[in-house]
Amino acid sequence: MFPFSFEWIWDAGHIVFHGGLWYALNIIGIGMTYCVIKAVIDSTKGKGGHGHH
Amino acid sequence: MDSALIPKGVKRCPMWQFLLGLGIVGAVLAWGVYAMLLVWFKGLNQTNMNDYYGFALWIWADLAVIALGGGAFFSGLLKYIVGKDELKNIINYAVLIGFICYSSALLILAIDIGQPLRGWFIFWHANVHSMLTEVAFCLSCYFAVLTIEYIPLILENRQLDKVPFFHNLSHNMHETMAVFAATGAFLSFFHQGSLGGVAGVLFGRPFAFREGLLIWPWTFFLFTWSAAAYGPCFTLLITWITEKVARKKLVKDNVIELLAKISGWMIFTYTIAKICDTTRWANITAPGLGQNLADFYTGNAFYGYWILFAEIILGGVVPAIILISAPLRKNPTWRVTAFFLGVMGVSLNRWVMVLQVMAVPIMPFDTWALYYPSWQEVATTILPVAYGIILIMISYRYLPIFPQEAELNPIQEEAAMAVEPHTESVPDLKPANA
Repeated sequence: MFPFSFEWIWDAGHIVFHGGLWYALNIIGIGMTYCVIKAVIDSTKGKGGHGHH
Repeated sequence: MDSALIPKGVKRCPMWQFLLGLGIVGAVLAWGVYAMLLVWFKGLNQTNMNDYYGFALWIWADLAVIALGGGAFFSGLLKYIVGKDELKNIINYAVLIGFICYSSALLILAIDIGQPLRGWFIFWHANVHSMLTEVAFCLSCYFAVLTIEYIPLILENRQLDKVPFFHNLSHNMHETMAVFAATGAFLSFFHQGSLGGVAGVLFGRPFAFREGLLIWPWTFFLFTWSAAAYGPCFTLLITWITEKVARKKLVKDNVIELLAKISGWMIFTYTIAKICDTTRWANITAPGLGQNLADFYTGNAFYGYWILFAEIILGGVVPAIILISAPLRKNPTWRVTAFFLGVMGVSLNRWVMVLQVMAVPIMPFDTWALYYPSWQEVATTILPVAYGIILIMISYRYLPIFPQEAELNPIQEEAAMAVEPHTESVPDLKPANA
């Protein structure tokens, strides 16, 4: 639910619950976006293929 | 046939044997899927749930697999945040088991809500006063984290790893895994706790109700603590079963013993807290709400004091003593016994906190309400087990889950032994002339 939804109320419950949800989703989203973009850049530079982790 | 996909340096069973195994477990899976479709198309009348049992076998299975899957977040926390680097040799399997447990939990919930097409309502029309809303949020997000932790393992498949993009993506995800692991630990703390909180806030049911800290009843902390304590036990038990099925050692003893020791101390501290909680509840909380201990454990055909003994002593004190005592922990038989008792103990705890809560009479005119699941409930509860076995079979065959497997089971010796008889059988052979 977003603040522009008609059910939204600006109270502690909504802010804490949804704030926590968006916080976690943002970390996951930003983290994965970083990994994918860096992988694209690394691949265009010719890195990878037979290395080790 | 599929040798190009099998990790380097390890041996797997023939394809026919693998397919036969898949077929047998697949038949069980199909039975569960049939029951699941019955529930979805015909509705919750396919279950034996009633006005007493709004939560039943599914919710027990849900809470149990979530607790047992706790090995993933706790092992991740120990490896990436605390810095127990030895655990890198078992973390892949912990993640896989966690992935199976959490996907199973979501599948069970999708069956339990009756109308899965409206599953998204809990996010969009969220009831912010419900602990279960918080559980739904954290469970979904943590499943995303587990998927992120599982993806690099898939990308390390021998053929996929040859693709530069997949190789780089896997590498980058490994590099940033600490961030995901920390997020996973944060999410796990809250959803494990809130599952306990759901029972603890039931002030109308003295069997479940507990006092606590601010808005969190003690069951909130006990559930998180027990998941962190017993989750690694389940990971180690499944690792042991996998070793027995594969007939080879997959993880070195020092890794097993380290995780077992940590799990033992966690169970030990948890059990002390649980005993304190039970003592206070039996002597102060429940009597204050008008019931006493005998009301919860007598007067019915199933729930007796034995269940309290089995949960706290057999499933708590005994495995804790075994795992924190070095001589007992180093003995494989005792160690596995402790894993088994631990898994039984935490599963029993979740059973009690879901089903016994519903069974205990509350009103003066009430009687014990015992419940027997329908075959559809049983089949859909076994469904995730079959799904888990299949996913483990496929992952074990094609992905490098156990980094120490090749070292522990060198296949060069077998090749050398195969060559030796051939050279010995022709002792008079002379070198050929040029």
